[in-house]
Amino acid sequence: MTDQKPFLDIRNAQKSYGDLEVLKDISLQVQRGQIVAIIGPSGSGKSTLLRAINDLDPLTGGEVWLEDMQINKKLPHRQYEKHINQVRQNIGMVFQHFNLFPHLSVRGNVTLAPKMLKGISDDEANALAEEQLEKVGLLDRIDYYPSRLSGGQKQRVAIARALAMKPKVMLFDEATSALDPELVEEVNLVMKKLAEEHMTMVIVTHEMGFAEAVCDRVLFMDQGVVVEEGPPSKIFRNPDNERTQNFLRKHLANANR
Amino acid sequence: MGLDFTVVPGYLDFILLGVLWTIAITIGAALLSFFIGIFFAVIALYGPWFIRLPFRAFEWLFMGTPLLLQLFLIYFGLVQIGIDLPAFVAGVIGLGLHFAVYNSELIQTAIIAVDRGQMEAARTLGLSRGQALRKVVVPQAVRDVIPPIGNNMIALLKDSALVSVIGVSELTLSAQRAIGNTYRPFEFYVVAAAFYYLINLGMEWVLRRIERRIQAAR
Ligand SMILES: Nc1ncnc2c1ncn2[C@@H]1O[C@H](COP(=O)(O)OP(=O)(O)OP(=O)(O)O)[C@@H](O)[C@H]1O
Ligand SMILES: [Mg+2]
Repeated sequence: MTDQKPFLDIRNAQKSYGDLEVLKDISLQVQRGQIVAIIGPSGSGKSTLLRAINDLDPLTGGEVWLEDMQINKKLPHRQYEKHINQVRQNIGMVFQHFNLFPHLSVRGNVTLAPKMLKGISDDEANALAEEQLEKVGLLDRIDYYPSRLSGGQKQRVAIARALAMKPKVMLFDEATSALDPELVEEVNLVMKKLAEEHMTMVIVTHEMGFAEAVCDRVLFMDQGVVVEEGPPSKIFRNPDNERTQNFLRKHLANANR
Repeated sequence: MGLDFTVVPGYLDFILLGVLWTIAITIGAALLSFFIGIFFAVIALYGPWFIRLPFRAFEWLFMGTPLLLQLFLIYFGLVQIGIDLPAFVAGVIGLGLHFAVYNSELIQTAIIAVDRGQMEAARTLGLSRGQALRKVVVPQAVRDVIPPIGNNMIALLKDSALVSVIGVSELTLSAQRAIGNTYRPFEFYVVAAAFYYLINLGMEWVLRRIERRIQAAR
């Protein structure tokens, strides 16, 4: 696997806010179809790293590549905007707080970007919305407005909205953290389904059980560095680093409380 | 000389014509102030500095000076630089721009208040900033300020009486002309007031329907 060229390649990512160094020389290679979990304490830089991938939070140093294209390449402003809008169509992102568009129906949410960016007809857009909503099990809610959905349903719509752009990579930033416990599973099931379809995914999560069950690789981050990484069995069952051990012990204690 | 409303029916069609002009001016200026207000809000927030700065001056001009003066300036003043507008058009533009500035203030505040996750989600899908503003942020902002914009539109209706001074035969000027013929100011001003009140009721009815439509889509 290591001899294969990485699909998503983060090289020496560095990010500072003023004097605060949030990411300190992080590298991460993700192969096509691979699922990588990023875990770590609050403030360790997980979201910053994830959001650097689609340039929502631009890096101050380092490179991000998707296949043969550098995402954060230096270009004059106008050209860069064109480039990044194109790039982002290939990278789906799911947020902790869903960020559905409240003024649009579920259908409107899912079809907005494909209609605007892919120049497809209304019929094609509807078919696309139906296909994606079927996948997340919400076809019957297609004409609802977001305010009438539960948190779990909202997040599934947000996933369908991202999938409608047919992305090559999906990024999840604590997709289930804002959900009531009983609603977490329905979202996890959708993500598992994507895993079975070999979607390339980078998942920031606090759910160790889910990460262990679904992911190929786990990164443990602390204070802007990758402290330890490896297969989930290794990281969760038998971590080498003391900081990893402490984090998991604390996390387990919290989870069992 | 007591009150005598029997003179009114003879002028009713004349007054009703004034009502129609008032409605026409109000609708024209309201639509102008709504769409131009959105446009102003977007350029005030996102325009380049060489547009933003002159715009601030323009905004100050429209908020800090009397509407009456603005109407004079547009109708009588612009002629001197070769822009000779019909009174109706000058009235609609004057009222429309004046209230566009007030609407723009409301919409700017609402745009800023839209959760920044909305812009992020739209950008993440690949929309440009302009596309995200147009399809995601601005529609939500506008929806949030429909009630206060509605209040501005009621104020606009009442201020439309000012265009009588540039000779648009709307309701107030029609009443004045009827008074000029009959020397019955009380009767015709009361009739005019009654018609303003009725138009006002009609506007409130329309606004409530719009608000209900928006509520339903939440
Ligand atoms: N816009 C910003 N300006 C200044 N500092 C920031 C900004 N965004 C994030 N930070 C800081 O960067 C650090 C990393 O933040 P980040 O959100 O990436 O952490 P995280 O690992 O995702 O944490 P959490 O688990 O709480 O979501 C934190 O110390 C945070 O305060
Ligand atoms: Mg985070």
